[in-house]
Amino acid sequence: MDTSSVTAEGSACISERQNSILTTGKSKSSIHCADDSLAGSVSQRACVFCGARVVLNPVTDAAHLVHGPIGCATCTWDIRGSLSSGSEMYRNSFSTDMKERDVVFGGEKKLATCIDEIVGKYHPPAIFVYSTCVSGMIGDDIIAVCKAASERHATDVIPVESSGFLSGNKVVGYRAAAIALMQLIKPKVGETVEKTRKLNFLGEYNLGGEKWVVERYLREIGIEINVAFTGDSTVAALKQAPGACLNLVQCTGSMHWVAMSLEQEFGTPYLDVNFFGAENTAGSLRKIAQFYGEPEMIRRTEALIEREQARIQPVLQKYRKKLAGKRAAIYVGGAFKAVAIIHQLKELGMEIVLTGTQTGKKEEYDNLSTLLDPGTIIIDDANPAELEKFLLEKNVDVMAGGVKERVLAYKLGIGFVDHNHDRKDGLAGFDGAVRFAREVYVTTCTPVWSQLKATGRRA
Amino acid sequence: MLECIPEGPVEHTTGKINPAKTCQPLGAMYAALGIHGCLPHSHGSQGCCAYHRMHLNRHFRDPVLASSSSFTEGASVFGGAANLKTSIKNVFAIYNPEIMAVHTTCLSETIGDDLPNIIKTAEIPEGKSVIHVNTPSYHGSHITGFSGMCKAMVSYLAQADGTTKKSQMNVIPGFVNPGDMREIRRIVDTLGVKMIMFPDTSNVLDTPLTSKYQMYPDGGATVAEIRDAGNSEVTLALGSFASHDAAEVLQDKCGVTGIPLKLPIGIKATDDFIMAVKDWFGVEIPASLTLERGQVVDTLIDTHFHYQGKRVAVFGDPDHVIALTEFLLAMGIVPVYVLTGTPGKAFEAEIRKMLEDAGITGSKVKAKGDLFELQQWIKEAPVDLLIGTSYGKYIARAEDVPFVRFGFPILDRAVHPLMPVVGYRGCLRLIEQISNALLECRDRDCLDEDFELVL
Repeated sequence: MDTSSVTAEGSACISERQNSILTTGKSKSSIHCADDSLAGSVSQRACVFCGARVVLNPVTDAAHLVHGPIGCATCTWDIRGSLSSGSEMYRNSFSTDMKERDVVFGGEKKLATCIDEIVGKYHPPAIFVYSTCVSGMIGDDIIAVCKAASERHATDVIPVESSGFLSGNKVVGYRAAAIALMQLIKPKVGETVEKTRKLNFLGEYNLGGEKWVVERYLREIGIEINVAFTGDSTVAALKQAPGACLNLVQCTGSMHWVAMSLEQEFGTPYLDVNFFGAENTAGSLRKIAQFYGEPEMIRRTEALIEREQARIQPVLQKYRKKLAGKRAAIYVGGAFKAVAIIHQLKELGMEIVLTGTQTGKKEEYDNLSTLLDPGTIIIDDANPAELEKFLLEKNVDVMAGGVKERVLAYKLGIGFVDHNHDRKDGLAGFDGAVRFAREVYVTTCTPVWSQLKATGRRA
Repeated sequence: MLECIPEGPVEHTTGKINPAKTCQPLGAMYAALGIHGCLPHSHGSQGCCAYHRMHLNRHFRDPVLASSSSFTEGASVFGGAANLKTSIKNVFAIYNPEIMAVHTTCLSETIGDDLPNIIKTAEIPEGKSVIHVNTPSYHGSHITGFSGMCKAMVSYLAQADGTTKKSQMNVIPGFVNPGDMREIRRIVDTLGVKMIMFPDTSNVLDTPLTSKYQMYPDGGATVAEIRDAGNSEVTLALGSFASHDAAEVLQDKCGVTGIPLKLPIGIKATDDFIMAVKDWFGVEIPASLTLERGQVVDTLIDTHFHYQGKRVAVFGDPDHVIALTEFLLAMGIVPVYVLTGTPGKAFEAEIRKMLEDAGITGSKVKAKGDLFELQQWIKEAPVDLLIGTSYGKYIARAEDVPFVRFGFPILDRAVHPLMPVVGYRGCLRLIEQISNALLECRDRDCLDEDFELVL
């Protein structure tokens, strides 16, 4: 792979951003990723509120009330592909719809009325109340309002301190959500939750039914999921979280802190797992079986892996033939996802030439570099101009990313596969690996690209 | 599946459940994209900018670029002036647009940033422009924000070079799709009148796939064109909520006569639009347009028995809903629930007048409403058809009502931004969608013995 012509450090982009872009094997320094986005840049990043919302919204039977002007609620209304096996409450959009008067005189009273009316209409087992830029700015005390409402209605009304301006980094919002979750699951005085042999699955959002896939595997080897954080969860199930004997952590960006808190408060150990890709799935199942250490479980796990691998490998082989040697780029929200995709694309025989995230941490970027071939570009908080430049320079065939990258990739004549929190297709487990391969194949090899021949670079 | 809405009357006096609008900055961003070589800029925290880009992106399925002042806690405490000045410097240095269109957010409004002064004292490269509009999210809706940005275009850019006017007209098209703007241009071209349309997102958000990415696509009204709008004889402002204000400002500032019209959706509103051009410029109406109109009438007669007398619920942006209601009445359809999320008493008054003229009583009409309320109405007394944005799909499924997608946003179907609903061609599309939705429903639900090949 000849990448000598690319020196990311000398990119035409923004000079202040040169430390946010690295070329593996070339750059001496480490990546700057905790920097705030530059004022005036076209960032793909969002805000604290966004981070909190994506983590909590999959709690299915809770009412999610956004305390702010209407946009914050509208723009986050049912945008995740998190599925529910029961209540659809979480797919409604509640907003206090703050008006000028509320900004001037404070919105606490309106918030309290909204909570009262939601309780009156729906009697949800819990209400999450999200603060936004404005409610935070004018100093509405949502903690006090929630506390009073909790007492008034004898139900959980949980404040989520997610004012957008606190940071441009979604990770801060993940923390706000995590704090809210810990508040929700903390047993009331005098109550205890009995330990079971079940496990919690943290950082699993049941996109396209992914939690259900893993649940089937675990059931087969003899373990039940206590509750997932937060895919297809209910308030009652979350409150049983202390009863698990193990926590699995999948999406590290959002859930490591929760795992550590659960360990501290309830003594539950945790394991990092990853169910994206056949190899990762097999490895994670083995890790879990090892933890329980029961010979029967280990035997069943090996049998499951053998059976599933035998079933899917011939199919993957077919896609591998079509995709081997194609060049891929990855730009996703967090490093966990980037790692997962790197593994899967490598399993398909593809070359990864560009990787980036919106919110990766330094250690995570260091880890990424070790997975990638020399010459691969690594980029933090990319703007579209940078993405475009490297996609073209690196002659990328297919890109994995989120909603904003999709249309950019298409315009450049590059295939695209959705691997963000709003995707609709389950990509976890053995069948997920096949589905992922199929998606990569469909977009990379669609006959539509040949229609571009007259003008395109794919000619 | 989604039967969360409780039955019977419940207290819903404050806040919104399942909103039928979004906030001002989104509309301002969309309007700004209709200026050629423009980078919209969101003066606030990053989330707003990211969300609005994503929302537009999902509707248009084309890249939407906008920059942000990237507020953090510091800016929120000390004011955003430094962030905006740095943004202006960075935007021109890095992205080099012709013009930067700044809109505020609830955050910068609450802090009280003084935009005119910040912009005046910012370093703006020679020949480049920065315009701004105040769009606090706690006021109005995305339509108000769109209107505000149109006003900003006029007040910052339009100029009258003397008292003599050029034989040309301005059209302010409202918050419509690029396909609609393209159709408006086609009609005006057919009439042979020179037009400046702003904003114009055709060739910006409906660009062809060439495997080359243009940060600033070929489309959009140029700064020079918007400047020259001050020399036009007349402005046709399509839609009272999105476009009339800008036309008024242009009339006051440059003496360009403003003619307020509806969005040209439906036969009558299209007739009015074409007649306004004809009357002002004295042009003949070409046979091709007369033919198009005749085809619409012919199609209406061919299909009227499919929909006449049906009870329909309509929701969406006010200008769209006003024009569509007029067309539905002309088709013999009965709008029983008419709702918009945007505030405005004028909306209710205008719809009520239309219903009254048509002799229809008992309909519910509401501005500043939400979809919770609409669904409650439908639960109380069902309808035969629902027309509105993608958010209507929850109601359509829960209440088992055929559904026609119309307006902004449409997040779950493709191609619609390219297909006009304005003009006579738009009439055909609406007739097709409405008839087909009802007929699909009939085919799905009827007994075997009633299942017909020919309908």
